[in-house]
Formats: sequence, C-alpha cells, structure tokens
Amino acid sequence: MKVLRQAFSVAHKDLSIELRTKESLNAAGAFAIAILLLLSFVFDPFSDVVREMSGGLLWLVFAFSGALIFNRGFSRELPNECLDALLASPLSPASLLIGKAGGIFVTLLPVELVSLFVFGIFYNVRWWLHPAELAGVFVLATWGISIVGAVFGALTVNLRLRELMLPVIIYPLLIPLLIGAIEVTNSLIANHPITDYEWLWARVLLVFDVVMTALAATLAETILVN
Amino acid sequence: MTASAAIEIDHVWKFYGDYPALRDYTLAIGQGSCCALLGRNGAGKTTILRILAGLSSHQRGTVKILGGSPRSGDVRTRVGFLGHGIGVYEDLSARENLLFFARIVGLDNRSRTVDDWLERVGLARVATMPVRQFSRGMRQRLALARTFLHRPDLLFLDEPFTSLDDRAIAMLSQLLVEARERGSTIVLSTHQLREAMAIASHVALIENGRMRFAGERTVEMLEDPALLYRLHTELGAD
Amino acid sequence: MRERLSIVLAAVAALLLANNLHAMFLSLPDEAMQGAIYRILFFHAPAAMVGMIGYFVALTLSIMYLSFGDFKYDSLAASVIEVSLAFSLVNIVTGSIWARIIWGIWWTWDYRLTSALVCVLIFSGYLMLRRAIDEPTQRARLSSALCIFGCVDVVIVWKSIEWFRNQHPGPVLDFRTGGGRMDPAMSHVFYMNFLALLLVATALVLIRTRQESTAREIDSLRRLAHAA
Repeated sequence: MKVLRQAFSVAHKDLSIELRTKESLNAAGAFAIAILLLLSFVFDPFSDVVREMSGGLLWLVFAFSGALIFNRGFSRELPNECLDALLASPLSPASLLIGKAGGIFVTLLPVELVSLFVFGIFYNVRWWLHPAELAGVFVLATWGISIVGAVFGALTVNLRLRELMLPVIIYPLLIPLLIGAIEVTNSLIANHPITDYEWLWARVLLVFDVVMTALAATLAETILVN
Repeated sequence: MTASAAIEIDHVWKFYGDYPALRDYTLAIGQGSCCALLGRNGAGKTTILRILAGLSSHQRGTVKILGGSPRSGDVRTRVGFLGHGIGVYEDLSARENLLFFARIVGLDNRSRTVDDWLERVGLARVATMPVRQFSRGMRQRLALARTFLHRPDLLFLDEPFTSLDDRAIAMLSQLLVEARERGSTIVLSTHQLREAMAIASHVALIENGRMRFAGERTVEMLEDPALLYRLHTELGAD
Repeated sequence: MRERLSIVLAAVAALLLANNLHAMFLSLPDEAMQGAIYRILFFHAPAAMVGMIGYFVALTLSIMYLSFGDFKYDSLAASVIEVSLAFSLVNIVTGSIWARIIWGIWWTWDYRLTSALVCVLIFSGYLMLRRAIDEPTQRARLSSALCIFGCVDVVIVWKSIEWFRNQHPGPVLDFRTGGGRMDPAMSHVFYMNFLALLLVATALVLIRTRQESTAREIDSLRRLAHAA
C-alpha cells in the first residue's frame, strides 16, 4: 500500500508538471497526427485493407509518439539534481519507477484516444464497435509501454546520447506487446469474432505487463542507486 | 567520538571499477554531534556523503545509520540531504515543491508545516510562483526549506555554504544551530573552513579516499582553521 | 593460463572444423530435394544454438555480478554477449542465403529468423549501452539489469513470434525436406560442428574477457593518475 501511495505522489507530481507545461502532450499529439497524415500517402486510405490493419497503424503511431513522452520521464529529474533528492528521501526506488510509469500511462492514454478519434476521421474507420474490449487492450498495452519506458528511462537517465539510445533499446523489447496489441486491435476494429487467438494475445499482454512490472520493482534499486 | 554512535562507517571501500575512491575508511559519528568532512577536491567527501544518504553503495565494509542500513526506508525518513543541486522542480511553485516532499516523507499537517516553512525562509509572498522565476537566493532558501522540512534527525550536507548569499548563509547557520540543539546529527563537507570550524564539534580529514584525521574540533582549529591541513597532509603520504 | 586455454581450445576447434568440413564435402552426399545448399545447415542451426546458449549464460553471469559484485562476471557476460551476437549474425546470414537459393527470396519472416533478428537488436542495445557508460561499476550494473530484461523478454518474443507466424503462415526455414528426421550421418556431422562452434565461441570469449579486464585496469590507472 505504501508503495502505491508513494507511486501515486510521484505520478501526481509529474502530471502536475505536464499539465502546466504540456510539453510532452503537445509534442506527442502533434507527432501522432503527423504520422497519421504520412500514412495516408503509403496506401489508399479508403480501401478495406485499412480496417484489417488498423491495429498495426495505430500501435505504431502510439509507440513512436510515446517515445516523446517516456523520454521526458526521468530526464525531468535531472535539473537541480532532483533525482538525488528523491532517492535520499523515504521514497522507495520501486515506487519511483511505478509512479513514473503511472505518469507516462496517464499522459500517453489521452494522446492515444485523440489519435484514435483522428484516425477514425482520416480513414473512415468505425473503431467503437467493441468499446470495452478495445479499452482493455489500450489499458494493458499502454501500461506495458509505460513500465518499459520508465525502466529504461531510469537506466539511461545519466548517459550521454540518452535520447538516441532509448528508442534503440526499448522497441525490440516491446515487440511481443506490440504484436499482441496489434492483433487484438485489428480484430476488434475489423469486427471479427473474438476467438481463442485473440484471448491468447490478451494473456500475452497481461503476462508481459506482470513480468515487466515485477522485474522493474525488483531491479529498481539496482538501476537507480549507483 | 562519543560512545553512542549515530553513524558507523567501518572499513569501507568504494570502487569505481578497480579504482578505490574510498580505502578502508572508518569513522564513527556520535549522536548529536556535528562532523565537518574536510579534504581537497576529489578526496572522497562527496562519496562518503552519498553513501550515507543512500545514493551510492559501497563494495566492502559496513555502514550503519542509527543501527540500520542507509537504504532503509525508516532511516531515510529521518534524513535530510542537501547535495550540489537544490533538489526542487522548476515548473512547480515553491508551495507545490514543499508539499510534494512533505507527502514523500509522510508529514502530518502538511499544509500548515509547508506554510510555516515558507514564512520562515521568506518565500511566503511568492509561494505560488514557479521556481523557474525565482532568483538564485530564493532557490537556495527553498532548498533549505526542503532539506529541513521534516526536522530530520540526521543531516547530510555537501558543501552547503558554497554559492549561498549572505541571507542564505545566515539562515543555514541558524538552522544548523537549531538542529544541534534538538540533538540532530550533522555531517557536512565544506571548503569554507571558518564556517565549518565555527559550527562543528568534530572534524574528519580525508585524503585520497583515506582517513587522515578524525577527532574533536579544538580551540586551535577554531583559531587557525587551516591547521589540520598543515599538520596532517604534511605527515600523510600514500 | 587463460591464454593457453584459449589457444588449446582454438586448436581443437580448428581440427574439429577441418574434420567436419571433410565429412560435409567429401563424405556426405547432396540432400535429395535441396542439393548442395543443405550443407549450410551445419553452420546455420549450430550458430543459432550457440548464440541462444550464450544469451542465457550471460543472464546467469549478470545475476551473479549483481549478487556478488565481482567484475569477472561482468567481463564474462559482456564477452559472451558479443560472441553470441556474432553467432546470431552467422545464423541470420546463412539462413538468408539458404532462403535465397531455395525460395528465391532473401528473407522469409520465418519465426526463428525473425526472433533471431530481435535478439540481435536487443543485445546490440546492450553493447551500445556499455559503450555509452565510461564508469566501470555503473556500466556493469546497468548492463546487467538490461541483460536480465533482455533475456526474459527473449522468451516472450520467441513464443509470440511463433504464435503470430502460425496465424500468418509464410515460407518456413526447414532443412529437413518433408519434415522428417535427419539422416543419422548428417546428425553426427551436425552435432560435431555444434561442438566445434561451441569451442570457437569459448576461445573467443576467453580472449575478449581478457581485453575487458585490461580495459578496466587501464581505466583505474587513469583515475589514479588524475587523482594524484
């Protein structure tokens, strides 16, 4: 409970800063819309194929625009050596990581929702046919991106070339999560029946989230304390 | 050093790769004392303070703070740390910064305590202003408020007098006196020998990661702050 | 001692490889359906196996570094990952060549090749991370953490891509035409070459570990010189 309470404080602090500056939100939102625009030149935006690969298009947009958000996660602790102040406090490293992930999650989710809305307009896709299931996928997959983004944000926080390294390290690790999110989202938006295959991927998403969160909590002190 | 040690550093080695930043370092600091860590740049003062504050780990030896590990949550609840950076967020206001840290350290009556501290450090009128609009002196005073907010039993301060303006120096000195009066244990590193000797009850001289001298601050040291360096760095040889 | 061991291992591996090459080209006939190209199997699959074993050995070494703090585990882990990466690249390139000859395409998105590529990306990230950190203790600590995440992820990646490919089938890299068992003579050469490649990998790891230790010594001497 204490871990969650502390994590909530960290997330609340990050969100306060983000709502005031809107740096990551604006950048990620604009980037997402720019990618959606570019994709319209890649294939016929009105073909039925778009519905079948909606998941792939959307999750690539979310993964790339998410980088602008999780890049900021720990780098905002660098000015004035705030990270030292946090680590010297009673805040546990695990709470710090989970709190950071929570902040990324709450920032990324609105960007995804706006992108989904814009995607529906740009490509004439009815994405609202299975809202509960789609919400479930969004929550699971976005948490996976957030926790991995937070962990590797912490890992690279004091390194030179941090912004270059973070995407190189993170995207290969996110592959199972992205495959799962893409496959289930494709089925939901194309209004295919939900079969065992989709449930398999839902379980993969859940396992990924649980394993990565557990690893993050276990290795938090190793990553953050020199 | 006194019998009841609040801080026990026992045969500690800290390596960066194969290079020993601290070599077989032993120091005991009694409860309620104020120990000034002296030594030139790169001697190991910051390394010791970071280990005590739980920001860095050591490879050999033991470190005990009030009988527990520096990384223990219970210990860190009682620690106030001020490093080279001020440790406050530019995009939050002074009040928001202190409320956040008050929440982290688990203070009761957070709002009242924060308001009292803002008043104390002369930032009450600018409490809702973002820190990025503060002058340097205002930031320093906010950093002091953050450090002393929860009336810590242990204070680890890394060159706290460096770059402070006169008002902040006076404030810090007063805060340290009050901390000592309530029995807090203070470890501070400094190059400002006069301020250090005025406030310290004990001094420890470190050179190349090794202990050169540890003992009570004497009247001679107060009158001639550089005495320690002259005596122990002449005699000392690696 | 370590130098002598790596020389001995390299010599044994060279002899074994020479013997295997003789068997491959002069003793074994061409495969019924694939012709001569099937011989690439004797390097493709063992390279993959050596690579995979290496990643999980590195996982164990990383956990041991974090538990005991001894740099020899970190040096070994970094060396093992470098060598494993090289073998994974051999796996990918040989698989690509096979696919080009048999299927007429350089890349088939076969689940094993794809997973191997993902492993290469993840552990290339590990080497990039090490390059970006000058201080040896921090480098060891952070790269150990990344190795643990990477290896755990590799397991999930492997199964995920396999399940994905089962749903979206494509050309499959399978040297056993018809899907049957390998001929016993071929099996023997296969496992002998696996042993040879394992010995080569071990010799390379020993050499590389020595280089890592020397680099760390130089770093500490440099710090000593600057501190004086």
